[in-house]
Amino acid sequence: MGSTASGPGSWARWGCFAAAATIALTACGSSNTPSGSTLTQPPTAKTAPQTSIGAGEGQLNLVLWDGYADKSWVDPFTAATGCKVNQHPAGSSDEMVSLMKDGGGGNWDMVSASGDADLRLIYSGDVKPMNTALIPDWTNFQPLFQAPSFNTINGVHYGISLQWGPNTLLYSTKKFVNPPTSWSVIYDPANKGLVTVPDNPIQIADAALYLSKTKPSLGIKDPYELTKPQFDAAVALLKAQQPLIKKYWALATDEISLFQNGDVTVGAAWPYQTIQLKLAGAAVNDTIPTEGATGWADTWMLATKATHPNCAYLWTKWVSTPKVQAMQALSFGETPVNTKACAEMEALQAGSCAQYHADAPGSYFDTIKFWKTPIAQCADGTNTCIPYADWVSAWTTIKG
Amino acid sequence: MSSEVVRRPRPKGAGAAPFRSLMWRFPWLRPLLLLAPPMAWFVFVYLASLVLLLISAFWSIDPFTTQVVQVWNTNNFQTILSDPTYRTIIGRTAGLAGLVTITDVVLAFPLAFFMAKVASRRVQSLLFAAVLLPLWASYLARVYAWILILNHSGVLNWSLQSIGLPSANIGYTNTAMWLVFSYIWLPFMIIPTYAALERVPDSLLEAAADLGARRWRSTLDVLLPLALPGVVAGSIFTFSLTLGDYITPILVGGAGSQFIGNVVYNNVGIANNIPFAAALATVPVVIMAVYLLVAQRLGAFEAL
Repeated sequence: MGSTASGPGSWARWGCFAAAATIALTACGSSNTPSGSTLTQPPTAKTAPQTSIGAGEGQLNLVLWDGYADKSWVDPFTAATGCKVNQHPAGSSDEMVSLMKDGGGGNWDMVSASGDADLRLIYSGDVKPMNTALIPDWTNFQPLFQAPSFNTINGVHYGISLQWGPNTLLYSTKKFVNPPTSWSVIYDPANKGLVTVPDNPIQIADAALYLSKTKPSLGIKDPYELTKPQFDAAVALLKAQQPLIKKYWALATDEISLFQNGDVTVGAAWPYQTIQLKLAGAAVNDTIPTEGATGWADTWMLATKATHPNCAYLWTKWVSTPKVQAMQALSFGETPVNTKACAEMEALQAGSCAQYHADAPGSYFDTIKFWKTPIAQCADGTNTCIPYADWVSAWTTIKG
Repeated sequence: MSSEVVRRPRPKGAGAAPFRSLMWRFPWLRPLLLLAPPMAWFVFVYLASLVLLLISAFWSIDPFTTQVVQVWNTNNFQTILSDPTYRTIIGRTAGLAGLVTITDVVLAFPLAFFMAKVASRRVQSLLFAAVLLPLWASYLARVYAWILILNHSGVLNWSLQSIGLPSANIGYTNTAMWLVFSYIWLPFMIIPTYAALERVPDSLLEAAADLGARRWRSTLDVLLPLALPGVVAGSIFTFSLTLGDYITPILVGGAGSQFIGNVVYNNVGIANNIPFAAALATVPVVIMAVYLLVAQRLGAFEAL
């Protein structure tokens, strides 16, 4: 998922949306639609992935989100494979993309890229196709994450999905004795000065998602594909919200301290913040409101110039196993893509499988709208949708 | 040149005779050689980047591909001038920079006067250390310290409550930004003001007193005009540093606290709209150009 507590400038990660649009054009299809035949071929599309995993090279250099290679599952991996893991935590998707320039330059083997960076990496030829047949657990993945449009193009897999999470509604249980069930609380003037939302143009999609349920007359089907009237309505909603906002948070830690210090009582968040706040003893809880939520999804991708490909495959195989998926999910606060991880999560922490929706049926994913680049081309092929550059300038006018 | 010439004893510059004669023949050569490296730096690195900035401000990006389109147009500037959001942001940035400057002048002048004219040598050096002390800590650490002071359950509200006053809700507001900027840039106002005040001879003040001027009259008519260049020099620092800042607005600002720098940052880092960022970045350049012109008229550069 996104940058964590330690990530400086996590909002910079959104930059990738724009760049992805630059190169992807038609490729940023809806995550629900299967890859069509009209998509542009990425530069490495013809690179045949290896068909077997040889002996490990003894080293593995990873660019990742902080916490994605915890000692508790890296040590057993190194012991079993002899691959020593060198980590380089990145603060933003932008940083990931720049580190992976020139196919990783021979320095980096893999990157745990988020959906917003994926297409940029793929279309600049920095990552190459991976062979899902070498990852036995791949068949146990949620069907949506076996070939999502953000990492699979024309049926070619440019990485192996890892974990995902929703953008949740976080609230103080002191202020909200009755748990809120709707995003309406963050647009309610009654909470003036007590609201925080991410400092992030993609927040317009959250407003659009809310409007798609509360104002059906607008006809919003996909919060990332907005026509001019739909976009204007979402921006107007956010402009009305601005006076209610205490602060637009940039880092996860910002939001944590805002809640801890009592500066805000309700806001949009990731499950990570809820976990950290609860660990610190704060009276908070989170929920996915009835309108649904937006979400992120991360993928392990193989650098085009990876010098330790066997260790890379061994690693991907390892982090896809139910046990490691469960460990990572619970330590970071996200949801595994491997459906078999549910039992392991229960073993580690009773009730966690349902809590993180790791056992969710396919229909659940209709309520989560995974991030993708807003581009001018709508699903119907017309160029009437609002592209990401306009989202960014609108976000400036919203923040004021 | 014959070896005999080389062996001839020469007190300085041995062996440089051809070079020296060249210098003698072309007197302009010496300053040219001396100035060539800094001038090259100035032209190619300093000015060229400004020119590039100005040129790219007249380009635009393709909304579909976000690729830079190198076709001359003034759309970016039209947007900046016509959209009230950007006018508000420019007004906020320049307004706060001015307010911070005035605040720092008011705070710095008495202190600088005390340091320059009243304090003993010992107290003076102590005060110097005290003024410069915050500069030893990182900028970020000092801004974060203010977050801890100003937030809802911070030191300020804790203190107010403990003496029975209602809590002040100034964390994450423009007031917070004003406080933090005024604090952070204060040393840059004190030092030049102090330097200017110290250069004012005491005898002038004594002469004013001898002629019957009261304390405030001699301060107003003698001290202030003579110290003004120093104050204006300091104001160049406080004004330009505030004008160009974008970190404090992120950290202590709330909703509606964006500075020009933040919009530039977002346009480069997030939107990939470098032409628009360049167009907006010319605004502070223009503001500073006007400011420096006025400062120059007030003699600030003689005090630097």
